[in-house]
Amino acid sequence: MNQLPGITASARLRLRRGARGPSAPMSPLARREARQGLLFIAPWILGFLAFTAFPMVATFVFTFLNITLAQTEPIHFVGLDNYVQLANDKQVWDSLSVTLRFAILWLPVSIVVPFVIAVGLNSRYIRGASIMRTLFFMPYVVPFVAGVLVWQQMLSDSGWLNDVLRALGWSKPPSWLFDINAIYPALVIMGVWGIGAGIVINLAGLRGIPTELYEAARIDGAGAWAQLRHVTIPMMSPIIFYTLILGVIEVLQYFLVPLVLKNGTGEPGGSTMFYNLNLYLTFFNYQEMSYGATMAWLLFGIALVITMILFWLARRWVYYAGER
Amino acid sequence: MKRRTAAEATRVAVLTTLFAAILVAFLSPLAYAGLQSLKTPEQITRPNSPILPSDPATYEWQGETYDVYYVPLPDGTTRELALVKKGRQQSDFVDPANPGAGPITWVGSWRTLEQPWQLAPQWANYAEVWNLINFPRALRNTIILALVGTFATVLSCTLVAYGFARFRFPGRGMAFTLLIATIFLPAAVTLIPTYTIFVKIGWVGSWLPLLVPPFFANAYDVFLLRQYFMTIPRDLDEAAMIDGAGPLRVLRSVVLPQAWPVIVAVSIFTFVYSWNDFFGPLIYLAGHDDLQPLQVVLAHFNGIYYQNPAFIQAGNVMTLLIPVVLFVIFQRAFIRGIVITGVEK
Repeated sequence: MNQLPGITASARLRLRRGARGPSAPMSPLARREARQGLLFIAPWILGFLAFTAFPMVATFVFTFLNITLAQTEPIHFVGLDNYVQLANDKQVWDSLSVTLRFAILWLPVSIVVPFVIAVGLNSRYIRGASIMRTLFFMPYVVPFVAGVLVWQQMLSDSGWLNDVLRALGWSKPPSWLFDINAIYPALVIMGVWGIGAGIVINLAGLRGIPTELYEAARIDGAGAWAQLRHVTIPMMSPIIFYTLILGVIEVLQYFLVPLVLKNGTGEPGGSTMFYNLNLYLTFFNYQEMSYGATMAWLLFGIALVITMILFWLARRWVYYAGER
Repeated sequence: MKRRTAAEATRVAVLTTLFAAILVAFLSPLAYAGLQSLKTPEQITRPNSPILPSDPATYEWQGETYDVYYVPLPDGTTRELALVKKGRQQSDFVDPANPGAGPITWVGSWRTLEQPWQLAPQWANYAEVWNLINFPRALRNTIILALVGTFATVLSCTLVAYGFARFRFPGRGMAFTLLIATIFLPAAVTLIPTYTIFVKIGWVGSWLPLLVPPFFANAYDVFLLRQYFMTIPRDLDEAAMIDGAGPLRVLRSVVLPQAWPVIVAVSIFTFVYSWNDFFGPLIYLAGHDDLQPLQVVLAHFNGIYYQNPAFIQAGNVMTLLIPVVLFVIFQRAFIRGIVITGVEK
């Protein structure tokens, strides 16, 4: 508790001024409560200002400057130069296309697979669902680098996957990690390994659906498929939506797996030069801070637009049971 | 009625078997890592070698070690014989069961023969990797980073969540919305200035960029804790306050004792999360081998020893063992944490 004296002291100064702001008269008791509450959330307020709000604004300001880490020339205003360069940078658009193509492949898988497994685990025809849930979750806690390196060999030509495929009669199974046409499916396979959290969330959502709804559906003559279509999916739509939004944000920033798997080379044939890998190389290897910030801002804009479209579409299909 | 139970039993059998099979496939990479890590480089490169870590069988004869092969003999039997003299058209073998009889000449190419294998896990791989990656040092770094990160996160998030759950103050609703919104903010948009500043103030190359931010709370854990705190009735809070307890005291003696399950969940969660953090240590500790945690060391190790898959897999197993064991022990708390953040939004 005594770890943060400096932080809380400065927070108090700042917050006391803020707390006096609202004009509605407050009783001394209410004022004390407000002061205490703000004091408790002070670590987050400071963290938000220091690690979110300020860097966000700074990222935006960077895009109009010429900041590099070495800073060989003096910092000055460059207008829209970075944006012009960005618009004409073939690598940027290529890497954006890599990210979007992978997203189109990965997002449906990342939504459907955990949902289907959760529906199976929630079935009354399954035994040992609880232990299975735990085991499905387990790879989620495997440190990410270790996971990638395990899969790197699982998917190699002498790995188990191709051994199994050959045993099933596929004489020349794909060279997963070295073939442009196989690398995205390979990345999807690796991604599926980490869907444990999705299964757990879906399963908890399924268990929260009132059984009366299924009984009513059965009385109306609904079969298993109709129940899934008209009860389960609408009732699960908020969770599906939440997973989708987080999934979009995540997949737009996807690059750590290819970074470890291919050492950031973008091999094979540039197919793993994801947008964020390009961004990472720009600011970390080439130390072009302003240009990297411009790339980050473009990514943020894209994420924002997609999220807003999804929220807008959500009104048509996401059903919140608690709403009137 | 009887037919219906039979149909049900079939369904149970089919679905359970199907899911068990999926699970076996799902977890096979872990088995793969474990088995590969115990093999010799020779076995890994040899096609059609057994699944279990093994060595080709050998036999010692007159002070020399010879490989053993399955040899089909003219009398129709196949015997395990040691190859003592290789030849293109014919080779000499010794029968380990009857070495006194001396070499037997066998006509045919020995290269077409198959070898018997015997189980031989190479535990020495682990010892070697232990030294190669300086495992004790990497482990110590990982543990310190994870422990301090967990302590800082639990401390700050508990305070903040308590503030959101129990106090009314102007702008609370907006602040909470803002907090939740940060979950959806792409990290890339704050990364570059943050990194630049950490470089400028000389923190890069130290643990500070990894250890200081956790003291300022994060949205996930605040949300998780706040949801739980909201379910704890306020009666006891109020009783304690009437008795003159201040807010910190109420938190410590009334709220926390009732919130143990969620505190444990957040702690385990954060510990495993810090253990598995890769990008932060990668960019902030680049070039500082002595400070790097396991994952960064492992990625680097893979760059050097990728031609020795057994070593890589031994390193993987050594890295994943602790989080997996922690998960197995605390799986209830873990899964509850996921459920609260994922479902109650």
